[in-house]
Amino acid sequence: MRPYLPFPFLLCLVVGVQLLTQWTDTAYYLTQLTMAAYYALLVIGLCLLMGYAGQISLGHAGFFGIGGYISAALTTHNLAGVDNSLIRLLERLGLLAASTDMFGDPLLTVHPWAAAAIAILTAVLVAWLIGGPVLKLTGHYLAMATLGFGIIIYRIALATPFFGEADGISEVPPLPLLPGLAISGDFSARVTNYYIAWGLLALGLLLLVNLIHSRIGLALRAIHGSEEAAASVGVDTAKAKLKTFVLSAAYAAAAGIFLTHYNGGIGPSEAGIMKSVRYVAIVAVGGMASLWGALLMAVLLNFLSLRGLFGTYDDAVFGLILIAIMLFAPDGVLRLGIAARLRAWRQAHASR
Amino acid sequence: MPADDTRTPNAPTRRSATILQVEEVGKRFGGLQALSDVSFTVQRGQIKAVIGPNGAGKTTLFNCIAGNLAPTAGKITFAGQRIDGRPAHEIARLGLARTFQNIKLFSGMSAVETVMVGRHPQTKAGFLPCLCRLPWTRREWRLSHKRALELLDLVEIADHAEKEATSLAFGQQRAVELARALATEPDLLLLDEPAAGLNMYETAELGRLIRKIRDQGVTILLVEHDMSLVMEVSDEITVLNFGQKIADDAPSAIQNHPEVIAIYLGEDDAQGT
Repeated sequence: MRPYLPFPFLLCLVVGVQLLTQWTDTAYYLTQLTMAAYYALLVIGLCLLMGYAGQISLGHAGFFGIGGYISAALTTHNLAGVDNSLIRLLERLGLLAASTDMFGDPLLTVHPWAAAAIAILTAVLVAWLIGGPVLKLTGHYLAMATLGFGIIIYRIALATPFFGEADGISEVPPLPLLPGLAISGDFSARVTNYYIAWGLLALGLLLLVNLIHSRIGLALRAIHGSEEAAASVGVDTAKAKLKTFVLSAAYAAAAGIFLTHYNGGIGPSEAGIMKSVRYVAIVAVGGMASLWGALLMAVLLNFLSLRGLFGTYDDAVFGLILIAIMLFAPDGVLRLGIAARLRAWRQAHASR
Repeated sequence: MPADDTRTPNAPTRRSATILQVEEVGKRFGGLQALSDVSFTVQRGQIKAVIGPNGAGKTTLFNCIAGNLAPTAGKITFAGQRIDGRPAHEIARLGLARTFQNIKLFSGMSAVETVMVGRHPQTKAGFLPCLCRLPWTRREWRLSHKRALELLDLVEIADHAEKEATSLAFGQQRAVELARALATEPDLLLLDEPAAGLNMYETAELGRLIRKIRDQGVTILLVEHDMSLVMEVSDEITVLNFGQKIADDAPSAIQNHPEVIAIYLGEDDAQGT
C-alpha cells in the first residue's frame, strides 16, 4: 500500500488549491494549473520510459502533436456538402457530429470521441512502427533517432494545409466526457475543468504506479540495469521496451488531445523540438525514476512557464535547468535535498 | 529405461538422459576462430565442468549455449530442441538459466526484487493486467516474493533481502545472481566462473551449495578456474584449449591426462598436480 500513500495528499492538495484560489479571488490561476496537469500527463508517461525502462525519447512532443492535431483537424474539418460513401458510412455509425458554425451555416465534423480514438490509435501505430527499429539503438543514437522523429512531425504540422500550417487549428469543440461534463476552455467551466484535468492526471498516475509495482515494472527496471541479465531470466527486452514506448506515446497523445480540446486549438510549437527537450528536462529534474517527482516538477515548471515567469527566455530556462540538473543533481532535485539533509544530520550526530 | 525410449511417445514429458548436446560447434569473430568443432554432452543430474586456460573459449561457448551469441557452425540441442541461434530470453524460458562471469545485477534494485525478476518465466501478468492491478497479478506477486525469499535463504543471504543488491559484498552478489537464475526454475544451470573472487572458505561453501542445487534436480554446467572446486564437485570435465576440445572425462582421468597437465602446469612441471 505504501506506493499509494501520496494519493490522499494529492487529493487534499488539489482541493486545497482550488479553495484557496476561490477565497483569494485568484481563480484565473486554475487555467494554468489545468494546462499544467495535462502536460504532466505526458511527463509521467515519459518518466516511465526514461526513468524505469531507461530509454530516452527526444520526440515526445511529436506524439503530443499527433494526438492534438488529429483530434483538432477531425473535429473542425467541415464535411457538410461532401457526399461520398465513406462519409455516409461514418454518419450511419454515428461517428459524425452535426452542428452550426458561428455564422449559422451547417457544420458536419467527426465526433470528438471518434476523433480522439483515431488520434490515440494513430499515435500508437506510429509509435509501434517507429519504436520497432529505433529501440534497437541505445544512448546517443536512440536520442538522435527520436529527435529525428520529432523534427518530422513538427515539419508535417507546419507544412500541411490540413493541419493549418503555421497558424495551427482553432475553434476545436469541447470533448464531452459524461453528460454535463466536458473538457472545454469555457470560462464558466473553469473549476470543473480543473478537477477533470487533475482527475485524469491522477487516474493516469494510478495506472503507472500499478505498473511499476508489478512484474512488468520489475522487468523494466531490470532492462534499465542490464539488458543481458534481464534476457537471461526470460525477459523479452525488445518487446518490453516497445510496449513501454507505445504506452508512453499513448499518454503523450492523450495529453495532446485533452489539452487541445481545453485550449480550443493547437499550434505547431506544441509539436516542436523545444517542447520535447522541455519534457526530458522535467523528467530529469523530477529524478528520472520517480513518477511523483516528475509529476510535481511538471506541474510546477509548466505552471511557472505558462504564467510567463520566464518571459521570452522560456526555452532558455529549460535548457539551463537541464544543464544544471546534469551537473549538480543527476538524481533529481527532490532526492538531492533529502540525501544532503540526511547526510548532514548523520554527520552532526556522528561527530558527538 | 533406455535414453531413446520411444515406446511411450505420448508421455507428457519425454525425459531423455541427455539434457544438452553440443555438436561440432564453432564460433568465428572476424578472423579469430574462438571455438572450433566442440562437441560434448551433459546428462541429466550431472555436474559437468568446462575448464581451460584464459582465452580457451569457455565463456564464448557459454554465450553460444545461452543465446548471447549465435554459433557460426554446429548444433546445440537442449532438452530435445535446437537452441543455437535462438535469442537468450527464449532459451531461458525453455529452462536454461545462467550466471555471469562479471556479475550483472540490476542497479537500484534490492536483492529480493532482483530474484523476483528471475520469476519472469514462471509468472504471467502482462502490461494491461498490471496497469489495472488485477487481483490475480497481486497473488502472483506475493507468491514470487515468497519464493524469492526462500531462494535467498537457500543461498544463505536471507538477511540481506531488502538491501540494494549492488551494495552487497562480492560473494553475496554472486549469491544473488545464483538465486536469480534459480528463480527461473531451470533444468540446466550454467555457472560462469562462480568461484572467481571468492576466498577458500567461500569457495568450499559454494561447492556445497552447487551439490545441494544438483540434489534438488538441477543439472549444472560450470566454467571454472578454481581446480580444487572443479575436482571436488564435477562428475565430468571437458577441457578446452585454443577453442578446441582436448579432453572430456572423469576428474580422476583428467588429472592424469598428459595434455591437460602440459597446458596447466607447463611441459617442465608435468609431475605435479
